Amino acid sequence: MEIILDVTDLHIEFHDGDTPTIAVDDFDLMLGKGEIVGIVGESGSGKSMSALAIAGLLNRGSMKKTGRIMFNGDDLLTIDRSKLRTYQGDEISIIFQEPMTSLNPVKKIGWQVEESLYIHHPEIDKKTRKQKAIDMLKDVGLTNAEEVYYMYPHELSGGMRQRVMIAAAMIGGPQILIADEPTTALDVTVQAQIVELLKKLNKEMGTSIIFISHDLSLVNQLCERVIVMQKGSIVESGKTADIFKAPKHPYTQRLIAAIPKIDIGE
Amino acid sequence: MKYIIKKFFSMIITLVVVSFCVFLAFNVIPGDPALRKLGTEASPELIAQVRHEMGLDDPLIVRYFNWFTSFIHGDMGTSYNYNVPVAGMVLNKVPITLTMAIMSFVLTILVSIPLGIFTAKYENGFIDKAITMINQIIMAIPPFFSGIIITFIFGMIFKLFTPGGFVSYTEDFGGFLRYLIFPSVAIALPKIAMTVKMLRGSLIDEAAKDYTRTAFSRGNNTNGVLYRHVLKNAMIPVITFLGMLLADMVAGSIVIEQVFSIPGISRILLSSISNRDYPVVEAIIMGVAAIVIIINLLVDIIYRIIDPRIEITD
Repeated sequence: MEIILDVTDLHIEFHDGDTPTIAVDDFDLMLGKGEIVGIVGESGSGKSMSALAIAGLLNRGSMKKTGRIMFNGDDLLTIDRSKLRTYQGDEISIIFQEPMTSLNPVKKIGWQVEESLYIHHPEIDKKTRKQKAIDMLKDVGLTNAEEVYYMYPHELSGGMRQRVMIAAAMIGGPQILIADEPTTALDVTVQAQIVELLKKLNKEMGTSIIFISHDLSLVNQLCERVIVMQKGSIVESGKTADIFKAPKHPYTQRLIAAIPKIDIGE
Repeated sequence: MKYIIKKFFSMIITLVVVSFCVFLAFNVIPGDPALRKLGTEASPELIAQVRHEMGLDDPLIVRYFNWFTSFIHGDMGTSYNYNVPVAGMVLNKVPITLTMAIMSFVLTILVSIPLGIFTAKYENGFIDKAITMINQIIMAIPPFFSGIIITFIFGMIFKLFTPGGFVSYTEDFGGFLRYLIFPSVAIALPKIAMTVKMLRGSLIDEAAKDYTRTAFSRGNNTNGVLYRHVLKNAMIPVITFLGMLLADMVAGSIVIEQVFSIPGISRILLSSISNRDYPVVEAIIMGVAAIVIIINLLVDIIYRIIDPRIEITD
């Protein structure tokens, strides 16, 4: 399998207080083309920090980032910001936990879905761009895409907004989609639909996905490989099926034990 | 549009209430227009006679009703003091005061929006800190004082205009505008400082929101995020504020007219109040109230255009 993203020894620390806070330590990740990798862990385990670092969105003055994030022959931690921007939204996209607030409230859905194309492919004319956006909205399961195109975020439900976020992230046909807890804020039934949608897009468009969640059962449905994180470090990683069968680290065992089980036969 | 019609009716009701309040206020405060007109030496019989001629011995409600019916028929009445129709007295002063208010408003927008964007973009930079400090000082200076300073510096030292040499718009429109620039600056200065502070804060608040991060994730640079995403959101509270400022500028120009010897609305308003010249005061206050209400209506409409979350409901 062709490796498209190679993260080695990623270390992130903040210098806000008197003593530096280590958010991520010694994080490694190899992502193959078309692969879905899960990162699980509780809040504060550093999974979102790692994701934001890969997406190039960690940019605070009072922080130190070391290690390497290799993509397309470039180290995303050290390349020029203008070079980094050519990847953002076009080759590497990200969706977030809060679909309610992640969209701009005063811009039409269509405009927001098209924005990556507008930025990265100015050669595409307005009409084609609109058609692509409508097609993409249909692909993410919004059947009334022509109407949604002209709507504003507040007119849509949380699940629909997350679909819009996915459409906006996928419109450029990125190589990597980072999904940072994309289902946490949604209803359980909608969660399952979003997971199915990500699976479908991964298969159809060949986009590799980094799926971040604290919900091990969702990761089990979606990811072949999983990384378990605790307090900024990786405690266990491997094939999802193996880890589910025989978790080695006590933290992983507890995470698995915490999944609510529904026994219908009783 | 139903919304506009509804607003229009509420505007008329507001104006009626305002006009009645002015009538009531003049009934409560001491002072008699007949006495003012005749002087304290006049005999009580003469005063009683004049009061009767002016209709002042009618009950308040009757007087109000008489004024009201003629007002809606387009007759603003006759000035007690000068015995001339109010309309003629007031209407040719309106362009002076209004021009000055609009000039200071345009000046406020032209200066404060770029400055607000600049300070927010380079938050905590040297220039931001300097502007924030200067802002604090300017905000604390009342327009009449900056008016005096401006007259001194630009009128007396640089001789860019002749203090007291007001040119009427009927004689020389260019000269009229040139004279009004300086009082407009005096009115605008504290408003600029406030708007810069407001816009800066609003931009910084919006920049911390989730959609900003989404915008960056799509490959926008700082300017892209600022102008394509953040600015429109940040302008929503600022527009409300600007609406209030414009209304305030119409009222605020009254003091400045005194400082710069401009024969606008303020001079007749002040003399009419001290002479208890109700019809003139009523007419001016109705005009100011109408302007304020119309500005509010415009702000409401602009608000609805910018922010799709506000539905036009009836």
